[in-house]
Amino acid sequence: MAKVDMTDVREKDVNVSDLVFKYMRPEHLPHIWCPGCGNGIIMRDVAQAIEDLKINRNNLVVVSGIGCSSRAAGYFDCSTIHTTHGRAIAFATGIKMARPELEVVVLTGDGDASAIGGNHLIHAARRNIGITVIVMNNTIYGMTGGQYSPTTPTGDYGTTAPYGNIDRPFDVALLAAAAGATYAAHGDCFHVPETTRLIRDGIAHKGFSIIEVADVCPTYYGRKNKKGSAVDMMRNQKENFVTAAQAKRMSPEELEGRYVLGVIQELDFPEYTEAYEKVIEKAQGGAK
Amino acid sequence: MKKELILNSAWCKGCGICVAFCPKGALELARGKVQRKEGTDCILCGQCELRCPDYAIFVQEKEE
Ligand SMILES: Cc1ncc(C[n+]2csc(CCOP(=O)(O)OP(=O)(O)O)c2C)c(N)n1
Ligand code: SF4
Ligand code: SF4
Ligand code: SF4
Ligand SMILES: [Mg+2]
Repeated sequence: MAKVDMTDVREKDVNVSDLVFKYMRPEHLPHIWCPGCGNGIIMRDVAQAIEDLKINRNNLVVVSGIGCSSRAAGYFDCSTIHTTHGRAIAFATGIKMARPELEVVVLTGDGDASAIGGNHLIHAARRNIGITVIVMNNTIYGMTGGQYSPTTPTGDYGTTAPYGNIDRPFDVALLAAAAGATYAAHGDCFHVPETTRLIRDGIAHKGFSIIEVADVCPTYYGRKNKKGSAVDMMRNQKENFVTAAQAKRMSPEELEGRYVLGVIQELDFPEYTEAYEKVIEKAQGGAK
Repeated sequence: MKKELILNSAWCKGCGICVAFCPKGALELARGKVQRKEGTDCILCGQCELRCPDYAIFVQEKEE
């Protein structure tokens, strides 16, 4: 692992890695999540991506909504805002419009992003505003006790689907891609280097980026659906999820039912705050 | 630069992820906390650090 640049970071006084010490608030750790919850893994991926990009923490804003996953904003040591359920992308849009020079990263859940916040998601994607949305998709409402979400697979169980879910699930990254996202990708908890790279490229991308990360919720999704322990759920990702490179060498039959990690859409299109800057120039008759 | 494996059992929640995916079988759980398994080799690959949800295990450069 590459060395973390610890210049200007206060002296380490906790038994923790340089990366976590630099980007998180160790006084709030260990976090509140259940043993084996994938949220902590995804949060570390985000920190690593920011380190790899050498982004100054003073220019970084982490925005979240409400849910287990959205608690992540509280652990980052930068400008953070824990907003209301479903509105993280709306707040992030406002922040990016006011301060386009900032890196704005949204950490959100499947319910937060695609149920109550689905409208904000598709319109932010359509506008191509330069924020990065990381969806921690555990395919359930974790915080409120295991209700099914728009990403719960058909037939799976939730407290509100005791006989099995009859809805068809959204693929959130694909949904955003269809709405115009200029960077959309799928990651997971097991394949850490690949997912970190996808997050890094999403943050570096100019325009709206979404990385949907398959999460591990052993407590609600796992228990309701007899998926075993956190280790079993991670092993499922190891054995059944394939990287884009592996998928290229596989036949359609071999790919049947597999979750493929990697970029699903990457487009070049004007970024929203830059387009808006041009409107300001025009309105001021070029005499800015 | 020499490296070493560090455990922070105060933060470990005993999920067993590091134990299950360590390529050398160098870890085990004891009373719900991670520990090094006697008679095994740790190759300092850092796989455990990447997947520990609680940042309770990591590889760092050894202070001389
Ligand atoms: C306006 C509003 N409606 C409902 C809720 C209750 N609520 C809190 S979290 C949540 C769902 C969270 O699911 P998700 O976004 O998938 O996050 P997870 O807990 O699974 O990480 C709901 C419905 C709320 N807090 N505010
Ligand atoms: S309920 Fe699920 S998502 Fe929430 S902290 Fe526990 S394992 Fe994580
Ligand atoms: S560094 Fe590698 S070999 Fe050592 S305990 Fe961690 S996973 Fe196992
Ligand atoms: S992965 Fe982390 S929390 Fe889980 S058993 Fe290992 S050290 Fe403990
Ligand atoms: Mg969820």
